[in-house]
Parts: sequence; structure tokens; C-alpha cells
Amino acid sequence: MGTKFAFFPEQASSFASSVDNFYFFMVALSVFFSVAIFLTLVFFSIKFRRKSATEVPAPFHGGMALELTWTVIPFILVMVMFFWSARLYFTIVTPPAEAVEMWVTGKQWMWKIQHLAGNREINELHVPVGKAVRLTMTSEDVLHDFYIPAFRTKMDVLPGRYTQLWFKATKPGKYHLFCAEYCGNQHSGMIGSVYVMEPQDYEAWLAGAAGQGTLVERGEKLFAELACNNCHRPDGTGRGPNLEGVFAKAVQLESGQKVTADENYIRESILNPQAKVVAGYQGIMPTFQGLVTEDQLVQLIEYIKSLKGGPATGTQSAPSADGV
Amino acid sequence: MSTAIESKETRNYLNAGYDLKSWLLTLDHKRIGLLYLFSISFFFLLGGLFAVGIRLELLTPPGDLFQSETYNKLFTMHGIIMVFFFLIPSIPAVIGNFLIPIMIGARDLAFPRLNLLSWYVFMVGGTLAISAALMGGIDTGWTFYTPYSSTYSNSNVMVTAVGVFITGFSSILTGLNFLVSIHRMRAPGMTWFRLPLFIWAHYATSLIMVLGTPVVAVTILLVGVERMFRIGIFDPALGGDPVLFQHLFWFYSHPAVYIMILPALGVMSEIISTFTRREVFGYKFVAFSSVAIAVLGFLVWGHHMFVSSQSVYASLVFSIITYLVGVPSAIKVFNWLATIYKGSVSFGTPMIYAFGFIGLFTVGGLTGLFLAAMGLDVHVHDTYFVVAHFHYIMVGGAIMGYLGAIHFWWPKMFGRMYPEVPAKTAAWLVFVGFNFTFFPQFLLGYLGMPRRYHQYPEEFQIFNVMSSIGASVLALGYALPVFYLVWSLKKGEIAGANPWGGTGLEWKTPSPPPTENFEETPVVTEPAYSYHKEEFELVKS
Repeated sequence: MGTKFAFFPEQASSFASSVDNFYFFMVALSVFFSVAIFLTLVFFSIKFRRKSATEVPAPFHGGMALELTWTVIPFILVMVMFFWSARLYFTIVTPPAEAVEMWVTGKQWMWKIQHLAGNREINELHVPVGKAVRLTMTSEDVLHDFYIPAFRTKMDVLPGRYTQLWFKATKPGKYHLFCAEYCGNQHSGMIGSVYVMEPQDYEAWLAGAAGQGTLVERGEKLFAELACNNCHRPDGTGRGPNLEGVFAKAVQLESGQKVTADENYIRESILNPQAKVVAGYQGIMPTFQGLVTEDQLVQLIEYIKSLKGGPATGTQSAPSADGV
Repeated sequence: MSTAIESKETRNYLNAGYDLKSWLLTLDHKRIGLLYLFSISFFFLLGGLFAVGIRLELLTPPGDLFQSETYNKLFTMHGIIMVFFFLIPSIPAVIGNFLIPIMIGARDLAFPRLNLLSWYVFMVGGTLAISAALMGGIDTGWTFYTPYSSTYSNSNVMVTAVGVFITGFSSILTGLNFLVSIHRMRAPGMTWFRLPLFIWAHYATSLIMVLGTPVVAVTILLVGVERMFRIGIFDPALGGDPVLFQHLFWFYSHPAVYIMILPALGVMSEIISTFTRREVFGYKFVAFSSVAIAVLGFLVWGHHMFVSSQSVYASLVFSIITYLVGVPSAIKVFNWLATIYKGSVSFGTPMIYAFGFIGLFTVGGLTGLFLAAMGLDVHVHDTYFVVAHFHYIMVGGAIMGYLGAIHFWWPKMFGRMYPEVPAKTAAWLVFVGFNFTFFPQFLLGYLGMPRRYHQYPEEFQIFNVMSSIGASVLALGYALPVFYLVWSLKKGEIAGANPWGGTGLEWKTPSPPPTENFEETPVVTEPAYSYHKEEFELVKS
């Protein structure tokens, strides 16, 4: 490993070895069947080669038992594969609740990363070893895909919505970061490095950005600058709903639907406020499409997430059934 | 079989007319098949040239031979030309056109004029695609993913898209013609279960052509609408949804893979039966497995989208149905093996291709199971593992089938035998060259090299060099037949009506066949693949 000639990327995430184990199982099964089929083919062809020009073998028309055998055995095998790989998949796509959050924005042709503490980096991602990390990702233009082979995971990065990817790095080191979804001219240049660091090194690295303001602080500033706070008041007297404690809760909509106020919902509500109006409010909010960048959206979302609900909680006027 | 001797002098579809008009306005399905043969051979050459550019660039890690923009156009045009203008029409439009009427004992397809129209439509689409290349090319990837294709790409997306759109109609017309012909034009006694398995495979293929192609046509049209009129369909900036495009695109393009492979599976059944003189084992299972693959093929498109943000529960369903496709595919391979068992095996060139096909199709099929595995696909999706897998199916499978078919029916089409030694050499070169080219790409993919990369980190170089070397062997294997096949047209041994001792109706008419295929309508009295010792003894004496 690590040399110029390798068959596998390093196993550097919590699920990398599980993926490899499944891969080895598949390889073993494939080699077995390929070799078995090949040997049978060669053996039959030689043993039953034509001995005279007029030879015609006795006809026979197949047998139900054989057909059933080679229908049922492959069926059982593929079902084993399905259940094993599906379990693996759910591990890979389900981030644990305690994961450290980071934000990724892809654009032609670079990766921009924002950490909660305020650090920003381009084409580099610094993460602590042994801690689950959850990336919330979006694109400013076309499709991209965030791929770290050593972690055995990737996820498409789409414009107009957030997707998620998580991993727990298990081994300090530097690993490839690739864009795996073709995105135009410099697609193969949209690469970078993931640095997995010991926790204390990571803390030190984070501290390097002290003074720039955390995402929440920047979001709060922006919230005021864009005059969001004119309507979204903590005391619930504004023309828009109070946002305190709203994150990750169910929201009753004017249409009768219920949605969870996750990152995608908040994003949509800023860019396209009329799409899902909270019950009890008028759809009077203007769009902020074109007024806030993807990076700023992240800051606003982080700020809204930080509003854990203060003394004003009880007085919120949005008549949500859940008492949000 | 007595007609064999005078086949050169007798009137046949080739000497029915020599002027250009007799070819360009022909309604004879055999001549139309040949028109397709020449056209797609040209497209294969063109697509191959783009591949040469790709393999040369990838010899070294930095992007030093071409600009990124040029490289991206090379792999895009390689994909578009090979998929839409070679692989999809290959066996159906050339071999199927030539053989389906003869095999079912008909004089022609149900709609000869429609058949000629399909070739013209194909050529119009092809000409547009080539002119797009000449105007500077297209760089979206053959998959046209949005919003790159609909908004961001500055290349000739519209011209190419219109070309692909138009070509789709030739597929639909061909499929329709086959379906109607197989239903309505069978000779007396040719019941459904006496049909050669080649016909069953084409029946399944035609279903996909007729039902699937309109969807990709509409999809490409929508990309055009968004690109020209800025109507938001796929681009989120305009209110569209990029993932919708992927659903629509793969709804056709996954079944399209079965358009490429099913006819090859049909060819294999014919070759293996003829070269073992044995009824295909489990005829009905092989026949229905083709139909099962075609039907299931429509329900698996989402396996291209496990990391696209598609719902995980949708992914579960797509994964399990994809695994089900593995079962009929395995059934075919096992039935062929059982056909060879206690057969009378001879090793003509078509049989060498059949052996090669079984090997490559097995590897291609098994690695498909890796990609259907959701947990594993997350890692290998959009890497060279996928590239290797689909080349094993589409090149290892479909092109081996196509070349096997060309050799198998060459004597029928032109009345002459090709020379065995160069033909076998070419078959081996293709097999060895193919594996050298594409097997390293599995390793490359698991190692993490993404596809469509113009430049790449150094540790990937060794496998890329292996791949490029293999590709030159492969190119040699593909070039060789051009020479000896052309040579054989004049100098080849006279083939006679039935050089292989086959049982299909195509072997019961002279080579080359007369324009009307049969002197009198054949009557079928026994199942397909009934070999009789007396007939071989008659030929010998």
C-alpha cells in the first residue's frame, strides 16, 4: 500500500473494510464461476469434439431438474448478494447523529469547504481521525460528485439542493479527493486532498482561523444585514414565523402538508419562499435568489440551526399542531 | 443442397442489379442489410479512431497530448458514435435485416419501404452526428447529463442531439418491422416454438426498440427545449430537476444495453447449435429468458443512480430487480454448456467467437452483480470499474456476437468462404487484446480512478499503459477481417447453400439467396435444430 503499484486503495474509513470484504466475496464467487464455466467449456469441447464428418449426436431436449437447479442456485446467490450489499449501503448512507458537520460547495472546477468554526478551504478537507463527519453538499453550477476512494464512499453534488455524505476516518494521512461526476473542461482537475489528523492537531488547525468568525456568527450578521430579523422576530410578533427552535422540527404548511425543517427546506424557503408557506402566514416574503451566495446560505442555515429557542418559544404564533 | 454448385451463375440478390439506383432504392431486405453493414462499419472505424486518441492520451498521467476540451470531446464522440451508430444497429440492422425474413421463410419484411426509410433516417441522423464532430465536436459525455448539457456546455449539443433523436426513429421502424414480420409472415408450419432462437432474441430486442426509444427521443428533445428556449425542465436555476433527466435517460439507455446484447445472445444459440449439431438445450428456457431480460430490463434503470440523491428505498427496489436479471442471463450460459455436452463439437471461426463470447459475457455479467450491489456501487460508481464492466458486455459481448455472426453468415451473404487461418488468428487477437485492454480497468476502478479523467495521479499509470497496449492488439484483431473478408468476395472458396450443416431455413436456399429468398415458399415440418445423419451422409457422398 502506498507504493506506486497497488490493487486496492487504503482502508481509511470505518466501513472501508466491510466494503472490501464484500468485494472479496464477490471476487471469489466470480473467479469460481468463471473458472468453472471455462473449464467445463474446454473439457466438453475436447471430449465431445467431432470425430467424423457425418457424426450427429443423439438428440435430447433438456431436463426440468437441471433447468430448475441452475435457476434456483443463481437466484439464491443473488439474493445473498442483495441483502448483504443493502445492509452495507444503509451503513454507508446513514450518518450517526453525533457527526461533526462541514459544508461543501462544488463549482466548476473546485471544492470549497466551510467548517463551523469559520475555517474555509479550497480543494482540501481537514478532518479529525476517529470522529464521524457529515458533509452537507451543494453545487453552484452543474453536477459534481464528492469521492474519496480510501473511504469507499462518494455522493453526487447537485445544484439547487443539499446532499449528504458521511464517514469516520480511521487512519491519519493524506488521501485523494476526486470529482467523480463529469462536469466539463477541467473535470479531472477538480481534485484535492483529504487530511485526516489526530484530534489535537485538528483542534490546532481549527484554531488557525480564530477571529474570522464562526459560521453562526457570520450568519447572524447576515441575518441582520438582509433584514431577515424585521419579520422573523424571536417574540413571534413579526410577519414571518419565529425561527427559534424550528430546525429539524415538523412544520405545518398553509397547504395542509407537513414538512421537516431541514437544510433543504430552509434553503428553499430563502430562495423560493412561496413554495412552502407556513400555516398562518401570508406568502409575502421576497425571494433572495441571486442576493445570497451558496456560501452565505450555509451561514444563514447554521445561524437558524443555532437558534435553539429561548424564552419566546411559548409565544410563537405559528399554529403548528406540534407546537413548534 | 444441390443448388450449391450453380450458386455463382444463378440469379441472386447481388447480381439483380449493379447500378447505384438498384442499391439506393432497393426494397430488398438483404440489400438494405448490406447498406447498413457498410454504414455501421464506417461508424465503427470512426468511433475506433476516437478511442485511439483516448488510449494515447492516457499513456501518461498528465494531460499532455490533447487539451482537456479535446479529450472530453474524444470520449464523448467515441461513446455517441459507438452506442447510437454502431452497437444499437449492429446485429439487428445488418444481420437481423438480412436473416429474419429468410429464417421465418418469408420473401421480405412486412414493410419493405419502411425498412429502406429506416436506413435513410439512420443516415440522416449519422450525418448530423458527424457534422457535429466536424463543427468542433460535443463534450457532454454520451450520457448528456443535465444541466451540463442543457445549459453549460458550449459545444455542438443541439446538432448531435438532433442526430441521435432522428436516428432513434430508424430503431423504432426496424423494431416495428421485425415485430410485425415475426407475427404475420412466418412460413406454413413455422410455429412460435419452431422459431430459431435468433428470432426470439430479435423479438425481445424489437420490443425494447419500440417501447424504449420514444422515451430517449422525448428526453433529448426536452434537453433541446431547455437549451434553446430556456424553459426550466432539468436545470434547477430555471426551476428544473437534473435528476429527472437521469431517470428518463436511463429508462431507455439501460434497456438499450439489452438491445445490444440480446441479438448477440441469439447469434450464440445459432452458432453453438450448428457447431455441435445439437438442439439448443432447454429451448423454451433460452427463448423466454430473452423475453424476461427485455421485460426486467425496463425496471432496473435506477441502478445507475444509487449515489444521485435518489431515494434509498427506490434504490433497494432497483437493486433487487437488477439482481433478478442475473438469473435469466445465467440460464442462457448454463444451457449453452449443456448443449455442448455430448454434442459433436467442431471449431470453425464462428465457434471460436462463441467461446470468446461465453467467457467475456460471463465476466461482464458477473461484474454487473458487483455494480448492482448498492454498498459496493457507492465506491465503484463512475470509476473505471464501470467502464470495464460495460465494455465487457458491449464490446466483449455485443461485438464478439457481431463478428461471430458476420463470419457465420458471410458464406450465406456473399456465397464465398473466408479463409480460416487469418479468421481464427483475428478471433484470438480480439479475445486476447480485449482482455488486455479492459481487465486492467477493473483494477483501476477499484483503486479509485474516476472515468472521463483527462489527467490522473501517477499510481494509476501502470494499468493505463497495459490498457493502451492491449488496445493496439485489439485494433489489429478488428482490422484483419476487413482484409480477408474483402479478399474472400472474389477469391474465397464457393460456399454452397449450407457450408456448416445448419438446420435453419437460411441454409435451405442458395448462397447468395435469390432476391425473393426462396424459389417456393418453404414448409416447416419439424422443430428448429433437428439434425439428421442422412443429410450429412448425402453431402459426403
